[in-house]
Amino acid sequence: MVGFKFCEKLSSKSDLFNIVVFGEEPRRAYDRVHLSEYFNGKTTDDLALSPEAWYHERGITLFLNDPVLKIDRSEKTVFSGSGRKVAYDFLVLATGSAAFVPGIPGIEKEGVFVYRTIDDLDLIKNYSVHAKNGVVMGGGLLGLEAAKALIDLGIEKTHVVEFAPRLMPRQVDDHASFMLASKLKELGLEIHLNQNTSAVEGADRIQSLLFRDGSRLAADILVISAGIRPRDELAKQAGIRVGERGGIIVDDTMQTSDPSVFAIGECALYNHTIYGLVAPGYEMAEVLASNLCGEAKRFSGFDMSTKLKLIGVDVASFGDPFIQEPECKTIVFEDHHKKIYKRININKEGTRLLGGILIGDASAYNLLLQTVNNKMALPPDPGEMILGPRGSGQTNPGAGVAALPESALICSCEGVTKGAICQAVSQQGCESVDAIKKCTKAGTGCGGCVPMIKDLVTYTMKSNGKHIRNIVCEHFNYSRQELLDLIKIHKLYSYDEVLDSLGKGDGCETCKPLISSLLASLWNEMILKRGNDTAQDSNDRFLANIQKGGTYSVVPRIPGGEITPQKLMVIAEVAGKYNLYTKITGGQRIDMFGAHLSDLPHIWEELISAGFESGHAYGKGLRTVKSCVGSTWCRFGLHDSVSFAIRIENRYKGLRAPHKFKSAVSGCIRECAEAQSKDFGIIATEKGWNLYVCGNGGSKPQHALLLATDLDSETCIRYIDRFLMFYILTADPLTRTATWLNKMEGGIDYLRDVVVHDSLGMAGQWEAEIEVLLNSYQCEWKQAVETPEIRKRFSHFVNAPEEKDPAVKFEKLRDQKKAVDWTAATGA
Amino acid sequence: MMNEQTTNWFAACRVEDAVENGGVCVKYRDEQIALFYFTRRNEWYATQNECPHRKQMALSRGMIGTSAGEPKVACPFHKKTFSLRSGECLNDHECAIRTYPVKVENGLVYIGVGQHEPTLNSVPASAPSENHVTL
Repeated sequence: MVGFKFCEKLSSKSDLFNIVVFGEEPRRAYDRVHLSEYFNGKTTDDLALSPEAWYHERGITLFLNDPVLKIDRSEKTVFSGSGRKVAYDFLVLATGSAAFVPGIPGIEKEGVFVYRTIDDLDLIKNYSVHAKNGVVMGGGLLGLEAAKALIDLGIEKTHVVEFAPRLMPRQVDDHASFMLASKLKELGLEIHLNQNTSAVEGADRIQSLLFRDGSRLAADILVISAGIRPRDELAKQAGIRVGERGGIIVDDTMQTSDPSVFAIGECALYNHTIYGLVAPGYEMAEVLASNLCGEAKRFSGFDMSTKLKLIGVDVASFGDPFIQEPECKTIVFEDHHKKIYKRININKEGTRLLGGILIGDASAYNLLLQTVNNKMALPPDPGEMILGPRGSGQTNPGAGVAALPESALICSCEGVTKGAICQAVSQQGCESVDAIKKCTKAGTGCGGCVPMIKDLVTYTMKSNGKHIRNIVCEHFNYSRQELLDLIKIHKLYSYDEVLDSLGKGDGCETCKPLISSLLASLWNEMILKRGNDTAQDSNDRFLANIQKGGTYSVVPRIPGGEITPQKLMVIAEVAGKYNLYTKITGGQRIDMFGAHLSDLPHIWEELISAGFESGHAYGKGLRTVKSCVGSTWCRFGLHDSVSFAIRIENRYKGLRAPHKFKSAVSGCIRECAEAQSKDFGIIATEKGWNLYVCGNGGSKPQHALLLATDLDSETCIRYIDRFLMFYILTADPLTRTATWLNKMEGGIDYLRDVVVHDSLGMAGQWEAEIEVLLNSYQCEWKQAVETPEIRKRFSHFVNAPEEKDPAVKFEKLRDQKKAVDWTAATGA
Repeated sequence: MMNEQTTNWFAACRVEDAVENGGVCVKYRDEQIALFYFTRRNEWYATQNECPHRKQMALSRGMIGTSAGEPKVACPFHKKTFSLRSGECLNDHECAIRTYPVKVENGLVYIGVGQHEPTLNSVPASAPSENHVTL
């Protein structure tokens, strides 16, 4: 990675150099920081730092799978494994490091691996197929990464064995290690501290580990991650000075004892230190590239602060994490319930932050690191920096960046300061994180600073008096809200009309579904009419969700999850007739998968004649209103939650919004319908209904917040009307209610003012508008099957409408069928 | 260069069967070809129907549009976009799709399928725009 970064820096600073790169591995430079994602579905190509053409475009000669074996310093020539002989003016060693393998008896046995390269990962992957007990030796940063990899490989039991009394001994203290270990145990990892391995046991292959205290641990696979050794053998052999414990000695220009030879990255030893992180390696690359181009730059050590997610747990360490009283004062927050540990060390005067550790919640990391590095003044109560202000009042998340000095280093991987980012915003018109990434490279390394870049962009634009506009795409120079107003004022009804009057060019896959959604939210017309069919997202275009293999799923509406035996039989009959896979969905209805495009109208005709309607499972709009059985049967139920859920679902069905939205009604506080995880959720109380809003499941779960209490049914519906209209009118595209609220200034208090207290004076208008929308509801599928020109589009071949897609293939699974997997699909 | 002599023109459908500003799938022998009628630009394009990313027969169901004037289609599965002119993938350079020439005569839409698989040598350096040629 560091070698690659050097090539990038040197080739962009100057084109006078003829660069030749020798690599030992068979592949181009790849992202080792995110190596464990290889087991998470990322491919070697995903991990590659550059496309194949990159080297060629920059005139760099790349020899892979061809390590340099010898340096002849007097002839200034290197010799490679394949017999290549290349002369140099300058030689840069970026040989990195190798895993340190301790000399334990039996360590050579089969099933013992190291964790450094993609090849190592492949070996582990192949060997682990039958492994039940996986052991990682070493509880440092890399060891825990390796443990994550074993978990991802599906090994039943994964253990981490550490010699020291704590995990990550170089980064965190005992308390932090304890918190981290207990969190990792919850996630299924076994941690063994203070364990000194004395032998690896087994016949040919590893079977167990023997510890010095006589205990044993069963192991089918062992991954060693007990530290790194700089790859300095080539330098040593050439007579270049290396450190006693390894590492090529360099000065502050990265020069070795030979003035023509340089070393950067993990193989370099600067000031008795090996810098085993990527950011200092990149800084070395920058220093060397600058010096070779005649620009004097010095390496002066590097901040080893780090923040990462280990197996889903935030871990951060910054500044001086270990300094102790009486040299400093420490503030510690420990929460054994949520497994959070935060420690900050401040100077004795209480004016400067010296360092700290964060486990479980590292959201404050960026700001704390900046406070250390820029020697910024502390607030009167420094504890607020990790605990947040106590008492009422909300914090403004963007406020922190304003206080940073211009010289504050925001992206340490690429060495970009606040000043550089703000300048890119103000003077080069970079008004998005992506633009900043392209222009300054900030945020392209580990990505940890991206939230801060976002805040800086917003802050700079605001302080330049710029209105922050999220324009839709190259075809519309408007935000979603502006477009919505304009479409309404100009009374536009089709995508083409909107593009002709408000946009330019020919549209794209970003603006088409967005405008289609606006048209649906404004007029609620049948979405496939007026030529709008091809402006719909594919699922909306065919009123069904496309699934693996190109078939569709069919989801009829089952309001509140209540269904008669007769209707169940209809579903069974239809599914049987069209050979569909059936499954109960998370929203209390039945999904039928594997329908051919041309079968969809027939299937729906049968469902509609039995009284079913479209479930809009394909649309950005109301999905389901889930319910518990409520007071009609349940001995705890306070109100009839099913009836209310059915009423709500039938009221809002077909309503389209910036994103899908879901609801639920629970009949009592036991909350069996999980209403607090929905976009709006209703829970029965003794006196009426409590209304919760802006909850979410999905990848970022968020509990709904209480909007109003003890409402009667009519008031509850009125509030939901206002809430939904406010959301539809103001949310960004594809933003769920939870994210919408998170971005709202004033948060839930403001939302309550608008919805309950009508602080904007819009309630009357919104209630009238939603009434018009809801009254224009018609089942889309009914219209589709009854309108010949729409129906005709539901065939696979335009020139053979009766034929089905022959590429569709299924496999058997538990007495039903499934789509064949991606890779096994019809070869091209 | 691909020309009228070597091109085998296959009658795919009538103009009114094609979808305005969208695609349909055409069956040609054992092949599936996506035919796009870019009505806004008064242009026709044809490509392979299979998206090379996950090998799904789906491009004819994708949304079409432009990016800086380049006509493109977005696969409905994972929104990989391909140039309708060159077949090049616009998100990365890992994969490309095959394109075919299209012509319209007397209300019929013809796709140029070629008598033989054209080789790379037969591809002109710059193809005339009505022959959105073959890779």
